[in-house]
Amino acid sequence: MNSGSIQSENFLDRESSLGVLLMLPGLILLAVFLAYPFFLGIWLSLTDTRIGMPGEFIGLWNYVDLLEDEIFHQTAWNTMIYALVTVPFKAVMGLGLALILNNQIRFSNPIRAFIMLPWIVPTALSSLGWFMIFDPVFSPISWLMIEMGFIDSNINFLGDQLIAVTAICWVNIWRGIPFFGISILAGLQAVPPELHEQAAIDGANKFNRFNHVTLPHIKGILMITSLLSVIWTFADFQLIYVLTKGGPANQTHIFGTYAYQVGLSGTEIGMGAAITLYMFPILAFFSIILLRYMRKTA
Amino acid sequence: MMVGSESHRTLQIYIPLVIYGLLLLFPFYWMTIVSLKPSSDLFDLNFNPFWVQRFTFENYTYLFENTEFWSWMWNTMVIAIVSTALSIFCSICIGYALARLRFPGSNFMGIGIFLVYLVPPTLLFIPMAQVIGTLNLFNTHWSLILTYPTQLIPFASWLLMGYFLTIPKEVEESALMDGCSRIQILIRIVLPLSVPGILSATIFCFTLCWNEFLYALIFMSSGDMKTIPVGTVSDLIKADTLFWGSLMASALLGSVPVAFIYSFFVKYYVSGLTASAVKG
Repeated sequence: MNSGSIQSENFLDRESSLGVLLMLPGLILLAVFLAYPFFLGIWLSLTDTRIGMPGEFIGLWNYVDLLEDEIFHQTAWNTMIYALVTVPFKAVMGLGLALILNNQIRFSNPIRAFIMLPWIVPTALSSLGWFMIFDPVFSPISWLMIEMGFIDSNINFLGDQLIAVTAICWVNIWRGIPFFGISILAGLQAVPPELHEQAAIDGANKFNRFNHVTLPHIKGILMITSLLSVIWTFADFQLIYVLTKGGPANQTHIFGTYAYQVGLSGTEIGMGAAITLYMFPILAFFSIILLRYMRKTA
Repeated sequence: MMVGSESHRTLQIYIPLVIYGLLLLFPFYWMTIVSLKPSSDLFDLNFNPFWVQRFTFENYTYLFENTEFWSWMWNTMVIAIVSTALSIFCSICIGYALARLRFPGSNFMGIGIFLVYLVPPTLLFIPMAQVIGTLNLFNTHWSLILTYPTQLIPFASWLLMGYFLTIPKEVEESALMDGCSRIQILIRIVLPLSVPGILSATIFCFTLCWNEFLYALIFMSSGDMKTIPVGTVSDLIKADTLFWGSLMASALLGSVPVAFIYSFFVKYYVSGLTASAVKG
């Protein structure tokens, strides 16, 4: 129990010194490549630095200017839709997938591996696949709909703001379904079968058993998975970079792609840093909810 | 429990499963057939686009001979392996220290590490580009090998800490009594017992390295230093439509390694996922 009571002269055997020593390699990396850039970012956002030109301190002007920037408003709005509105779709479709996979199925391991593909392959590469599927000239969706007589000419999926945002959200949902599915499946498998049997004996129908036995058991995982999904997609980049690069006419940006365009392509480093830092309070908010929730369930 | 006839089962399980399969896998099917068609067929709308009429490997030949595909593959492999090894080493150390040792700041560190996990590259890439510039690391493997661990260490430490906590303390205490040092205990007792945890952390890290896009896009600008995702997206998309087939070929081949690893280790991945979600 109290291993610290074993006295040793050896530096490596003292808990406190060994503990600090073991933390060091990781902490040094995190300090140089995470903490330092974070504070550097805050400083840059308070200056008018451009690539190749050292900037001067200008206080909060970058932040103030952004509040009056129409594209930034659109960006903030898009990010909210992209990160939040997609979650219920991922959750419902993931739940459906999990309920199916929770049955005894032949070849269940290869099936699971295939089903996971949208989640595990590089998003940049699978988004390229979708980029082609949404092509204005040879999209298979357009072809099929024309063949079936629904439309007369090809749909310009990524050239119209509303359709483009919908298409982007769909690819995001598509990628998230397996993650929700597999996480919820893990939750389903932790439900003791006796509970279902007991409920069935007590005369509960399928729907009631789902509501009163299954749902309470997977609520925790559902909540944690949703919060992780929000945090990750909020800070997404590659999916939109590949599909639209924020276009047409800057209407489909999210924070990451807009900061890239302003800060690196447009060389306004200070302004770009300010755009990314607008994400910080929102990310912190969701992270704190997640942390509190995980501690409560632990 | 479920006493249904075979047709009932088909209706409730296999038909929805097929629908999910079509929905989730169609893009990969599409990428495959496009990569196997001559470009001219792609634009001929008289052909059924869902099938390959004239089969060709010319897109793959073009990819291998006229692009830097193999350099991209090599870069991605080297960066993913070294970065994963570095991250796992740091994470084992951190995970063990947090699970078993009391030292100044140990309580606070656990939460700190978790919160760091939620700091995305998107928040840091602009100042990070400055840091990489200052260190003169643009267009080197080191730029990514050293920055990826900041995304990997927090989750891997968290996951490994969970595994270490499941090992009964008594095992370690009796070894301590027998005169083993803490380091010996870690190497000879704790690590062998944590192989599943280490495996899932490794898979997680490797995949994340392989899939990373933003840092690789910014730090690697010269063609032969790019990684698979960045090379495919930025060097193969040209106005020239001849590249469509090769583009899809590259996207498919670039996805194969991670898909392959997962199909073998899907069990570990799932257990890692739940460990992190439930134990955290």
